[in-house]
Order: sequence, then C-alpha cells, then structure tokens
Amino acid sequence: MSALAPLPTRRDEAWRYSDLDAAARAWPVAAPERIVVAPGETRHLALLQDAAEGETVIRDHSIEIGAGGALRVHLLNSGGALGRITFDVTLATRAHFELKAALIGGDTQTLELVTTMNHAEPDATSAQTVRAIAAGQATTNYLGQIRVARDAQKTDASQSFKAMLLGRTATANAKPELEIFADDVKCAHGASVGQLDETALFYMAARGLDPARARGLLLEAFVAGLFDDMDDETARARFAAAGRARLEALA
Amino acid sequence: MLTIDNLSNEIGGKTILNGLSLSIGAGEIHAIMGPNGAGKSTLAYALGGRPGYEPTQGSATFDGADLLDMEPHERAAAGLFLGFQYPVEIPGVSNVQFLREALNSQRRARGEEPLSAADFLRLAREKAALLGMDMEMLKRPVNVGFSGGEKKRAEMVQLGILDPKLAILDETDSGLDIDALKTVGAGINAIMRAPDKSVLLITHYQRLLDYVQPDFVHVLAGGRIVKTGGPDLALALEREGYAEVVAA
Repeated sequence: MSALAPLPTRRDEAWRYSDLDAAARAWPVAAPERIVVAPGETRHLALLQDAAEGETVIRDHSIEIGAGGALRVHLLNSGGALGRITFDVTLATRAHFELKAALIGGDTQTLELVTTMNHAEPDATSAQTVRAIAAGQATTNYLGQIRVARDAQKTDASQSFKAMLLGRTATANAKPELEIFADDVKCAHGASVGQLDETALFYMAARGLDPARARGLLLEAFVAGLFDDMDDETARARFAAAGRARLEALA
Repeated sequence: MLTIDNLSNEIGGKTILNGLSLSIGAGEIHAIMGPNGAGKSTLAYALGGRPGYEPTQGSATFDGADLLDMEPHERAAAGLFLGFQYPVEIPGVSNVQFLREALNSQRRARGEEPLSAADFLRLAREKAALLGMDMEMLKRPVNVGFSGGEKKRAEMVQLGILDPKLAILDETDSGLDIDALKTVGAGINAIMRAPDKSVLLITHYQRLLDYVQPDFVHVLAGGRIVKTGGPDLALALEREGYAEVVAA
C-alpha cells in the first residue's frame, strides 16, 4: 500500500516536476481511493480542491470501469502549496472515462494532475481535457499516460492540455506518454503553452475595458465550458464561482 | 476636438509617422487616404495607444486633454473609438458580455451609473437593428466565425453602443460588399453625424466616401499629410492615382 511507500524522489517519473518538500510534509499519504464502476453503470465525480494556503493535498484514485460502464470526472485543482491529483484508470470493453480539469494557481503553488489510462480491452474510449493557468511563480503540471494493450483494438483515446502563463516566472509542464500495442486505435493528444493574447488585450482596452478586467475575461474564457456539462446544478455553480474567485485573485 | 501636432514614431527602428499634423473640429468628417505603407494604420494605432506605436515626438490633444498621456482604456472612456481594420476574435466571450462590460467600464470611469442588463439589451437591440445585424449574432463570441463583412458590421454596432465623440475608423470599408457598404455608411452617418461628434475615416478607396461624405480629404504619404482638399480630392485620387496627385 502507498501508506508504506518511500518518499518519492526527482527520479520517479511521476514526481519529476512536483514540490517534493511539500509532499514530504504530508508523507505518508493515504492509500488510493478505489472506485469501481459496475458494468453498464454511469457515474459522475466532482472534485473541488481548494485547500488553504500552504497545505499539501495528495489524492490518488484507482479506478476500474466495467464493460459498458462510464465515469465522468470534473476537477478544479486550485488550493494548497501542493495540489496533486492522480487517476489510474483501467477500462474494460466499451467502457468510457472522461475528465475535464482546470488547474489554477499563483504565488509558489504547484498544481499537478497525473492520469494513467489503461485500455485493457477493445472498444473503450477515454478523453482528458485539461486547462491550466499559472501566475506568479506557480507551476502547473500535467502528466498523462495512455496505455493500449495488444488486444484493445478500436480504442479511442484523446488528451488535450492547454496552459496559460501569466508571468515570466510561472511554469507549465506537459508530459504526454503513449504506449500502444494494438494496431487499430485512435489516440489523439495535443499540448500547448501560451500567454494572454496582447492583440486581444489592446482591442478590449480600446473598447474601454480596464486592463485587469480584460485579463479576467480572457482567463474566464480560457477555462470556460469545462464545467458546463455538470449535471448537478449546485455543484456546477459552486465550481464556476470557485474558478471565478481564483481567477479574479490572479488577474 | 482633436489636434495632432508634429507627431512622429518609429517601429522597429524605422520612422513611420514623420511630423504629422492634423486638426479635426467638432461636427467634421475627415478622410485620410494614402498608398500602402504611408502610415495610415500606424496613425490609428498611435492615437488609440497601442503598445509599440508610442510617439517619439509631437503631441495630440483630445477635447483639451493630452491624449498621449492616457492609457488605451482611458482614451476610450474619454470618447475615442478606434475601429479596427482587422477586428480581433475573442473566443469564449460573447459580444453582449464584452460590450456591456466595456460600456459600464467607460461609464464608471466617467462617474456615471452602470447600465442594467435590461437597459443594455434594449440599447444593443436598437443599434443592431440600425446596422441590420441579427441579435443572435451578438450572443455569439466576439467576431468568432464572423465573415469579414460581419466583423465590420459588428464594429459599427459597437460604435453605436459605445457612442463616442470621435471615431477613428481604419479601413472600415475593406471586406464589404456593396450592400454592406451602404448599410455601414448609413450607420456611420446615423451614429456620428452630429454637431458635437467627429469622424476620421482612414481608407484606400473613394467608394466609402460616396456614402459618408467627408468635409475634408487628406493625403498621407511618407508619414505626414502632404495634401488637403474637399471631397473632390478623393475623386481626383481615384481617377489619377496617388503619385499624380501628390506630385501636382
């Protein structure tokens, strides 16, 4: 069990961009939360990580999705000195896993997301959409692995990571990793790191928007839509409000 | 309204505006025409305050205030509107939200009460109708997926909603077919033809001037105004070309 696991080092691939000092303060961490989605069942999971300043949050999830089952996850990861969320997902035939996540940080925060998709059987689908915003000296990390077993034909897996850096001292790391042993699969991945569009900022200023509000609007737009398809309206409003509050603090 | 005196700037070490002077009175419509590379868009950006286009010398006074001392959003709040040759797309931000926030940001800067959502929608509907634009388009993200002509129409809807004192319109006629040109021309007249308002039209061609009749036409070449005349100067330029007219 991971409770007995030794403290990770920089040599551990999944920890290479992490804040190991913050991790050490919370070590040993609890065993991964185990989630089993029964065959044919559909489940939703909404995770809002908004721990207080300076805290360390490490949450591991070990997920199995049965044949024809589906799990949809929405994640807002924005609190603590280190906020690290991981998902290790094994998909049976025709299973579906979907993750929409926002990482929003400032100061010296490290916010990271690690996903491992194990496409063990044929015809399963998985999709991760991750948007990260880093201000100050913050670091946002996304490590996404997709493994497709030899007989997991017709796998359809996709991964999209877009990061926005609000200052010269902010950092984003993206590490997509594809291990494909089947030959009839679709695996799409894309990663980009950018800054706020200066032309758009000038256009908005020329219409009278003050610079802070112009930046705020562009940042809201960058993460917009991630939480729109949450079924639980209360949770959706809570996510939208928490995201907006965090962005306002950074803009 | 606007007095520009001896304005120069440099972009990438190259002089673009080169001692440009121009005075625009209240109630006047001026047109600036000129060949490619004369500095037309550079003038618009310098007046709008775009980073990278800062003047190296000269002055610009807008309604008695030092225009060059203001931030771009302060120039807008003071009543300056810059119509873009290439209006910018802003994915994820609707026109309605963008314009309401922009208008209220201006109103707050002027010490006025912000407009309520209902009042703003009423205003937006009225101005959209004036320019023949479907209200549904204003609910879509700013300029995203708009054709060239739709972007220019949307710029004029923005002009109507923000209701500035001075509009500097950079190549508003480019990308417009003849029907759109008529609508946009009529829109400019309806919104800006008033004793307390002024327009600076920047254009390559005479055709917009058929619909928005200027009081003065200036020829910009080599970063300064080289010739000034009435509406017939634009016709002469169209007929004979810049080189002939400038040399004459």
